[in-house]
Amino acid sequence: MKLAIPRESRAGERRVAATPENVARLVKLGFEVLVETQAGALASFGDEDYTAAGARVVADTRSLYQEADIVLKVQPPDHHPVLGVHEADLLREGTTFISFLWPGKNQALIERLAARKVTALAMDQVPRISRAQKMDALSSMANIAGYRAVIEAASFYGRFFTGQMTAAGRVPAAKVLVIGAGVAGLAAIGAARGLGAIVRAFDTRPTVKEQVKSMGAEFIELNVQEDGEGSGGYAKEMSPAFIAAEMAMFAAQAKEVDIIITTALIPNRPAPILITEDMVKAMKKGSVIVDLAAENGGNCALTEPGTVVQRHGVHILGYMDLPSRLAPTASFLYGNNLGHLLADMGGGAHFHVDLADEVVRGAIVLLKGEVMWPPPKREPPPMPPAPAARPSAVTAPKAHEKAAPSSGVGTAVAMGIAALAFIGLGLVAPPSFLAHLTVFALACIVGWQVVWNVTPALHTPLMSVTNAISGIIVIGGLLQVSGPLTDPAVIFGGAAILLATINIAGGFLVTQRMLKMFSRR
Amino acid sequence: MPESLVTIAYIAAGLLFIFSLGGLSAQESARRGNLFGIIGMLTAVVVTMLGPRVTSYGLMTAMLAVGGGIGAVLASRVEMTAMPQLVAILHSFVGAAAVLVGFASAFAPPSGLTGAEARIHEVEIFIGVFVGAVTFTGSLIAFGKLQGLIRSKPLLLPGRHALNLGLIVACLYLGTQFVGVEGSNGHAPILPLVFCTLLACLAGIHLVMAIGGADMPVVVSMLNSYSGWAASAAGFMLANDLLIITGALVGSSGAILSYIMCKAMNRSFLSVILGGFGADEGAAPAAGAGQPAGEVKSVTAAETAEMLLDAKKVIIVPGYGMAVAQAQYPLYEITKLLRERGTDVKFAIHPVAGRLPGHMNVLLAEAKVPYDIVLEMEEINHDFPSTDVVIIIGANDIVNPGALDDPSSPIYGMPVLEVWKAKVSVVLKRGMASGYAGVENPLFYLDNTRMLFGDAKKTVDALLTELRPEGIAKSA
Repeated sequence: MKLAIPRESRAGERRVAATPENVARLVKLGFEVLVETQAGALASFGDEDYTAAGARVVADTRSLYQEADIVLKVQPPDHHPVLGVHEADLLREGTTFISFLWPGKNQALIERLAARKVTALAMDQVPRISRAQKMDALSSMANIAGYRAVIEAASFYGRFFTGQMTAAGRVPAAKVLVIGAGVAGLAAIGAARGLGAIVRAFDTRPTVKEQVKSMGAEFIELNVQEDGEGSGGYAKEMSPAFIAAEMAMFAAQAKEVDIIITTALIPNRPAPILITEDMVKAMKKGSVIVDLAAENGGNCALTEPGTVVQRHGVHILGYMDLPSRLAPTASFLYGNNLGHLLADMGGGAHFHVDLADEVVRGAIVLLKGEVMWPPPKREPPPMPPAPAARPSAVTAPKAHEKAAPSSGVGTAVAMGIAALAFIGLGLVAPPSFLAHLTVFALACIVGWQVVWNVTPALHTPLMSVTNAISGIIVIGGLLQVSGPLTDPAVIFGGAAILLATINIAGGFLVTQRMLKMFSRR
Repeated sequence: MPESLVTIAYIAAGLLFIFSLGGLSAQESARRGNLFGIIGMLTAVVVTMLGPRVTSYGLMTAMLAVGGGIGAVLASRVEMTAMPQLVAILHSFVGAAAVLVGFASAFAPPSGLTGAEARIHEVEIFIGVFVGAVTFTGSLIAFGKLQGLIRSKPLLLPGRHALNLGLIVACLYLGTQFVGVEGSNGHAPILPLVFCTLLACLAGIHLVMAIGGADMPVVVSMLNSYSGWAASAAGFMLANDLLIITGALVGSSGAILSYIMCKAMNRSFLSVILGGFGADEGAAPAAGAGQPAGEVKSVTAAETAEMLLDAKKVIIVPGYGMAVAQAQYPLYEITKLLRERGTDVKFAIHPVAGRLPGHMNVLLAEAKVPYDIVLEMEEINHDFPSTDVVIIIGANDIVNPGALDDPSSPIYGMPVLEVWKAKVSVVLKRGMASGYAGVENPLFYLDNTRMLFGDAKKTVDALLTELRPEGIAKSA
């Protein structure tokens, strides 16, 4: 299986589909890896690094594509600026092509690939199920985008993020509002908190509240109750009443915060406008908005996708290439996602397209030129069955309550029997026996009290020391061996002494050995 | 030596035994406690030998010397992982000694007993021999199971409850043939006692055979208790208060330990004794519930080491698997390295971890782990949410979240270590097999759980290599 990593051709794309580290793993999976020369240059990986990792560096792009069984890319195939041909046309028939493809909005491209009779998998279509988390490139990239959004905001923001009390005076901490607490939002919260800012976050899905709090941000709640949980980890569109309350809250927050990071996306729709021009006007001069939804039109009315604009004294960042701005890490994580997918598909030795595999079925767009996308609709991931478990959990204590009165009766019966037994004993037993019984009863109580005080850490020494002292039965033997050696009582007594002494010596010595081990540092 | 001096010495010995157990309430006073026990025992033996009822010393001294020698050798040779076996075999000796003392007493009854006194004496002998015999064979079987000589799976004979009941009824009948019946040579007949001993031996075997490996801590503490009651019964037959006191102390101790163990497994004492857990009940719900949803995520030793280096707070949960693999030594090396880096490392011990109450504590102590970082379940459970990494080594059922939230789980209601509340838990495990209770563990499928597969010792050694300063320099 020959695996090719071409150099990305789109202007401004710094990522590469596999870093040398990824390549080493792919080689381990049984693939022969070909890398186009300078493929990793913009992500700070040299050709020699790839060679060292076990790849073969190929200078000619056409022959790279011709030779490959599998081609891994970041960006969808596009017009190649140097060769002057479309990358799709470089693919050999029967090749497997894997990259981000966005089949929903790239109809023409899919047709073009279909004409080449290739098998194509879209990394953006990997289903968001827990088994596929390690192949979820969207999450990997979103995480990076969230982090980078904060870094970009910091470079445009003219103040500290963290509050400081200096000799020259007090500097207040920056206030950051993160809208949408998905993977990107949570990463942004983490990065902003790490820089020392005060972070607030909002999301239409109340379930993410705990995650927001665990990242150290404050979760803003509206008075309107509505759950925005949609399928596949995204939010759904909300009711007008909810949206009105939400917009009022954003307007109030805009006056207060210094930085807004928006990450609100609804699948297959343009991004909702959450920050209006009036809100931007209300913000302090020098504030920054980072719009992570720029690619889908933007969450801010004034966002210009792809660039930075300054409106009403506020910088509005509409970058669409945030992951690419962190190219080495983005490449590494994307390469890992690819590696996991390839391992799932059988590795180099047993590579095959298994349509029964839920992950492959979700990601596959073309199978030997035949259009497979969209996949048949699946049930949304079932919610955890917690509510179902609850009723039975409630019934358990009830059963307990029922048992309690009957055990009360049981106690009474037991006490009655005990009383009768005592009376019976009192009638027949001689005084000498009763004296022993007194000792026995008191010793039981003393033992009970003393043993409860033993620390659980010393329960094993407790067992061995009680072993040793139960060897006191040796006295029973000692008292019976004074007769002639032929007397059975003497023989039994002697044997009893032997066994009991083993117990005494063994028990005490092993206890001593154990207790010597217990030490404080 | 006059009789009254002997009695006083016995009282002193009894008190010393009580102090001995009292000393175990804290590690600081424990060694002094053991010393008290030794002094008490020496006092008791010496005054008995000097007492008026002992006239010949030859056999006695020989037996004491031989027994003491064997005991000393056993104690100095035993591995700490083999402590459960040692404790079990020592219990069997007490049981056997009680049987022997009972027989000796039946052959040579103290003179001057008539009427009710003689009857009570015979009942005492009978009970003492019965309990002693059950303890004897039961402990032998427990020893065999712990040592791996006998399959630890419960042996479930058809109609085993009826069989147990039958054995008891038969012994009761034999009792009526023994007590109050004149034998050929003037005292109680020996034959019913012999038969009763045999039946009790059978009962002991059958009782412990039916109990699975996971319940061994309960069985061993139960046998501990029985050995105490056997000694107490011997005290009654010999009219010796010291034996009664000591037996009662040991009996209570074993009973309390059994109670603690049962509580820690959310099982009633009776259900443990009746046996069969982990065979019939365990299988059905596990199959019905099917595989818990989610994916098993495995990690390498290097990745685990990285997590440990990043962590501020680490908790290690050892189980019997650690003991089997002898992984406690490298585990402590890891602990030391992490503590030197300023990481807060603690050990969390579940009451039923291992095959003996407190077994894990002894093993960790053997590896020189300071006891103040080894904490009990109640002390540490609320620490998990603030913990970065939990390392679970060779434990399974005691970290099963199903025990708290899945009413269909066979171990539902058992208190467990809530490791899943930590940021990440890493489970060191040979494979995906379920624990002793035969229950599927949903923990392995949780999002914040990582599996580190492999032999516990090798894995821990690999972790240690990764964590050593030179290893850190390499990975940096």
